[in-house]
Amino acid sequence: MEKRPTNNHKKSNKTNLIQGLIFGILFGFLLQKGGATKYDIIAGQLLLTDFTVVKIMLSAVVTGMIGIYAMKAMGWVKLDIKPGGWSINVIGGMIFGAGFALLGYCPGTIAGAIGNGYLDAAIGGLIGIWLGTALFAELYPRLDRGILKKGYFGSTTLPQLFKVNDWLVVLPVSALIALLLWWMERAGL
Amino acid sequence: MNYLTELRWSPYLVGAGIGILSWFSFLFAKQPISCSTSFARTSGMIERVLRGKKVQEKAYYQKFKLIVDWQWMLVVGIVIGSFLSALLSGDLHLQWVPDLWQSAFGGNPLLRMIAAMIGGIFLGFGARWANGCTSGHGISGTLQLAVSSWISAICFFIGGILAAYFIYHIIA
Repeated sequence: MEKRPTNNHKKSNKTNLIQGLIFGILFGFLLQKGGATKYDIIAGQLLLTDFTVVKIMLSAVVTGMIGIYAMKAMGWVKLDIKPGGWSINVIGGMIFGAGFALLGYCPGTIAGAIGNGYLDAAIGGLIGIWLGTALFAELYPRLDRGILKKGYFGSTTLPQLFKVNDWLVVLPVSALIALLLWWMERAGL
Repeated sequence: MNYLTELRWSPYLVGAGIGILSWFSFLFAKQPISCSTSFARTSGMIERVLRGKKVQEKAYYQKFKLIVDWQWMLVVGIVIGSFLSALLSGDLHLQWVPDLWQSAFGGNPLLRMIAAMIGGIFLGFGARWANGCTSGHGISGTLQLAVSSWISAICFFIGGILAAYFIYHIIA
């Protein structure tokens, strides 16, 4: 299902590993301060009673997107687009969503939940994730020859799909997100 | 430095902070912030300990080698960062059963552990099927306007909202 080289080839020297650790510490600190390391907040989002998670994600997306596309325009960074397909992203996404609701954490926030002291994350959830990924690795050759090929469209971005300048998508999407956040505040969510 | 000991920051501030962190991860690490691949690598490493070197010959672990890389350390860092934040604000809890779960299903830790494990199996399997999770697709992919990530992120929430409704309004 993946046609590009994976990031296995990237350097994994000591500096690189320490850098990853520092990024993780900052990310984990932010997730905990936002409340996203807590089951009640995440399950509350999926029950549509607490909108913290969506507020964090949308403000991260709008901030990140404007910066990344500005740096791309300057030639400072290259995008890293995951290849995908209808069966990969829709079926995988729905299975993920079911697990997201039952576990109440995702792979990033479960690491944060463990640091926060939640034992259901550290014992039950973590072992479950390892079992789920091992099961996928076991079935991968068969899935990769079959269902994962259905509706494959590779690595593409919305501006490429619509054949327009990047900013003709970045600016309207930013405006829409800002409007949505404003509306959520106004509605008291 | 009082803000470091605050229990909560505004979700907008936290989100903007994560967005800015993503600028630097592209700039310095040449890669987006993502998490779920590291869980697959760790799972393979554990299986290798239990079943021997033949595990790393599996096609999936040829694609995602059983190594400790930048992203693997990122996940370790998340545990430490969250621990530090919780410690500073006195928000560190050793808790088996989350309050919301307890309000619907009672305080039995074994029931919660089994549910979390089954949830984890779906989550891990789905994340590898979709080739990313809430960070890799949900934040890093959508902010790059990747088509695969927008579809995935929307499906994470559709699947999650339907399953949460089923769990809390039909089963409970």
